[in-house]
Amino acid sequence: MLLVPCVMLFLLRYVFDGSPRTFDNIGASLLGIFPLITMFLVTSIATLRERTSGTLERLLAMPLGKGDLIAGYALAFGTLAIIQSALATGLALWFLGLDVTGSPWLLLLVALLDALLGTALGLFVSAFAASEFQAVQFMPAVIFPQLLLCGLFTPRDNMHPALEAISNVLPMSYAVDGMNEVLKHTDMTANFVRDALIVAGCALLVLGLGAATLRRRTA
Amino acid sequence: MMNYSSVRSDPPDTPTTPAIRADALNVVRGTRQVLRDLDFTVPRGQITGLLGPSGCGKTTLMRAIVGTQAKVTGTLDVLGRPAGHPTLRTRIGYVTQAPSVYDDLTIRQNLAYFAAILDPGHAAVDRRHENVTRAIADVDLSSHADALAGNLSGGQRSRVSLAVALLGTPELLVLDEPTVGLDPVLRRDLWNLFHDIAASRGAALLISSHVMDEAERCHRLLLMREGRILADDTPEALRTRTNSETVEAAFLHLVDEAVAAARAKETTR
Repeated sequence: MLLVPCVMLFLLRYVFDGSPRTFDNIGASLLGIFPLITMFLVTSIATLRERTSGTLERLLAMPLGKGDLIAGYALAFGTLAIIQSALATGLALWFLGLDVTGSPWLLLLVALLDALLGTALGLFVSAFAASEFQAVQFMPAVIFPQLLLCGLFTPRDNMHPALEAISNVLPMSYAVDGMNEVLKHTDMTANFVRDALIVAGCALLVLGLGAATLRRRTA
Repeated sequence: MMNYSSVRSDPPDTPTTPAIRADALNVVRGTRQVLRDLDFTVPRGQITGLLGPSGCGKTTLMRAIVGTQAKVTGTLDVLGRPAGHPTLRTRIGYVTQAPSVYDDLTIRQNLAYFAAILDPGHAAVDRRHENVTRAIADVDLSSHADALAGNLSGGQRSRVSLAVALLGTPELLVLDEPTVGLDPVLRRDLWNLFHDIAASRGAALLISSHVMDEAERCHRLLLMREGRILADDTPEALRTRTNSETVEAAFLHLVDEAVAAARAKETTR
């Protein structure tokens, strides 16, 4: 789990061996996207197992606050996400020659917020899946549209206006925008702050929705 | 949904109030009414057997008692509080039918995790360790304490699940078919343990089973069929009343009686 994003970045670097500029553009965006996807998968399956094995029902019949449970999960997976993002960012910057104008700390911050968003989304969708099989199917449904519309393949303002409008309400778009801000500017720009806040806000919102799906009483 | 924050004043919880008291208890799942108008009490310090064919609503009733069942109407008081009251969560031990343990943790880790939820904090480390070791010994798994739960047999896993419910000192134990798939020696040992818990701690135990021969080991029996309670009595009284040799025969007798009564009602309509 810690190595896969690094290996992917490594691979990507040599896919664009002849054009380091392209790697700069895509590499930074992917630094934001990888943590989101891996944390989404890991959290959705871990929580689903908790739901299907009956341990969630047992925990909720015990004196355990729902907030404690969510905070515990967010903390555990968040720590993993920090290590994962740090490894990937470090590798990209110092070994693969990713050229960023801004501070690597800001890059790391966005990667972290993305990981948190992935955790929140995973927790939320696990409520709607009855098995691991279904949970994995949520990945194309929840992640792929965001991937296509986030501005990774083509700048968002080149898209069909309808698609651009959709991409404006998808959180991953702001994650990628934030990464690009760091890539191009030395300082923390107002746009960067806005993007980071939007991603963090979305993560908290979805986390709240996820908490609402943990019901003590079920039919 | 029961409202426990309303103006209704809770009856004081004295040792004389029954462990469970139900009055006009109904549960609906989807469009189906699973429990109809139940009316019974479960005393403290005794083992009450909940018997009936599969699908008769035993598990739903147990979930209503521990407060995880939605759409419960009527009165259901547990240890003097409405079922599902937050203060009841430390006082009830509940074992689901399917073992609910973490397969990728060892037996000891599983118990340590749940113990930490029941009794958190650094100060309680020693007490927790003691509780965990005792619970593992209670279900006779000390020799496997460091084995992964996922590698255990079905019966062993259900005993781990049972051990979790024995952590702490629950005043009410709700056990959903705890002895299914266990060998006779172990079953006898567990029933001895249940009797010991009832006698020494004065705890109430509600144990479901669809194996009628376990009925003889209970102090009282609730016989259920199709969401209704057919009988609420001691095993001896049931046998005497129906002139039967075994509880199984008594149950069949009561079912025949109920079916005949329903038919008579229909023909007179």
